[in-house]
Amino acid sequence: MADTDHTRRTFLGLAGGAAVLGTVPVVIVRPVEATPAMLQTAIRNVVGEANVRTGKVKLDIPPLVENGNTVPMTVSVASPMTADDHVKSIHVFNEKNPQPNIGNFHLGPHAGRAQISTRIRLADSQKVVVIARLSDDTFWSATVDIVVTLAACTEEVI
Amino acid sequence: MPSALINVPPKAKRGDVIEIKTLMSHIMETGYRHTASGEVVPRDIITSFACRYNGTEIFRADLYPAIAANPFISFFTTATESGKFEFEWIGDKGFSETASASITVE
Amino acid sequence: MRLLGCIALASALAGAALAAEIPQDQRRSGYSFMSADTKAMQDDDTVNPGMLWVLDGEALWKRKAGTSDKSCADCHYDARVSMKGVAAHYPAYEKAFGRPLDLEGRINLCRANHQQATPLPYESRDLLALTAYVAQQSRGMPIEAGDDPDLKPFVEQGRELFMQRQGQLNLGCANCHDDNWDKKLAGSAITQGHPTGYPLYRLEWQSLGSLQRRLRACITGIRAQAYDWGSPELVALELYLMSRARGMPMEAPAVRP
Repeated sequence: MADTDHTRRTFLGLAGGAAVLGTVPVVIVRPVEATPAMLQTAIRNVVGEANVRTGKVKLDIPPLVENGNTVPMTVSVASPMTADDHVKSIHVFNEKNPQPNIGNFHLGPHAGRAQISTRIRLADSQKVVVIARLSDDTFWSATVDIVVTLAACTEEVI
Repeated sequence: MPSALINVPPKAKRGDVIEIKTLMSHIMETGYRHTASGEVVPRDIITSFACRYNGTEIFRADLYPAIAANPFISFFTTATESGKFEFEWIGDKGFSETASASITVE
Repeated sequence: MRLLGCIALASALAGAALAAEIPQDQRRSGYSFMSADTKAMQDDDTVNPGMLWVLDGEALWKRKAGTSDKSCADCHYDARVSMKGVAAHYPAYEKAFGRPLDLEGRINLCRANHQQATPLPYESRDLLALTAYVAQQSRGMPIEAGDDPDLKPFVEQGRELFMQRQGQLNLGCANCHDDNWDKKLAGSAITQGHPTGYPLYRLEWQSLGSLQRRLRACITGIRAQAYDWGSPELVALELYLMSRARGMPMEAPAVRP
């Protein structure tokens, strides 16, 4: 409820401002930092009650995607990858696909470099969240907003 | 039989960190699509991928319907000894495929 | 969304005069319209998903088929030698039929005549795989299709089909791919429509597909009735497009959005 109110005020504010300038605004009303319950639950299933901090993790993914059916992405984590200090796993989540999980990747000190690449599906413009679990059981994350453009002339799939 | 494309450097120096790239033929049917007559197309995906280096598991992945068709997965490992990488993909409808690649470590 | 996009384009084009064909020095492969990430997927054979079909095609090339129990390799030996540059000349004139055949048609004719095998259905995995394997042997070589004098009337037929407005949106291929290739349709670049990389892996399809599949999808997109698989119209269109792209390097198996 609080979120809706906030968004509404933002919208009215922008519209009012634009009217003064005499232009026609195109405003996309989207609650800030809205995290659907499913995504929240999927993350809790991995991290439990632990605190998730921002940092150490880098997500390389095109901010503007040519086709949501096949989106290349690379996750890298700043880690020395030693027996005492390494990445145990990398978890990738999304906000608006039918299911919040994309993939879990389990590695260890033997990897030498904490980096994985894959190709994913994004049903719509949305957030992708990556969480890394380190050997000391701390969790680190990165979040990227991705715009998925729709193909102009798609064909019926089935 | 579905084909797999594996890229492992044939040679490496001991201690080198090498990249391993894998592609596997698979439709990755999400289970969320419908036919024109409205029936759900049943899910048919690869759910698990693993890589062993001379018998020891060095990498594993759990895959969901959001992984694109013909799954591409790449990762790194430290070249410690000559030998064999074995790859295994397991999925719905009894899908189970393996592949292997050799490396010479000097 | 597709309907909206296409209607918007149709209104934008209404009344626009037909521009000339694209000058030689302004021709661009669809590759040049792609994002860096998609280009990278095509450039590296270890990450190009189209290579999965090439791999299958290589195995099929050596597999015996039909009542004659012969493989492609039994007659053509090493495809890397015998098929070099071949796909760059297709569609090619087939004397026995008095009309052009595309590469898929040629492979199926070979199966019928020399292997005594049943034809592979259009867009089947095996036909795509064999076509991809043969086409890959011409990678980097210039397209040379359409210069056979016997092909002249068929190139002309393809050109007419390319120019002809049709369907509920009343659009011809040329309205987008000759006249508006520097613009966008929704988020996608309108390309010049040069078939340099077929069969190719489309991210949209999440699969390899033939030029005929692409043409049929385009025709459906302008709300017209698509020509049947293997029809003379589709082969004529393929031939015109290949002759229009003459001199451009082959990219099969390419990757496109």
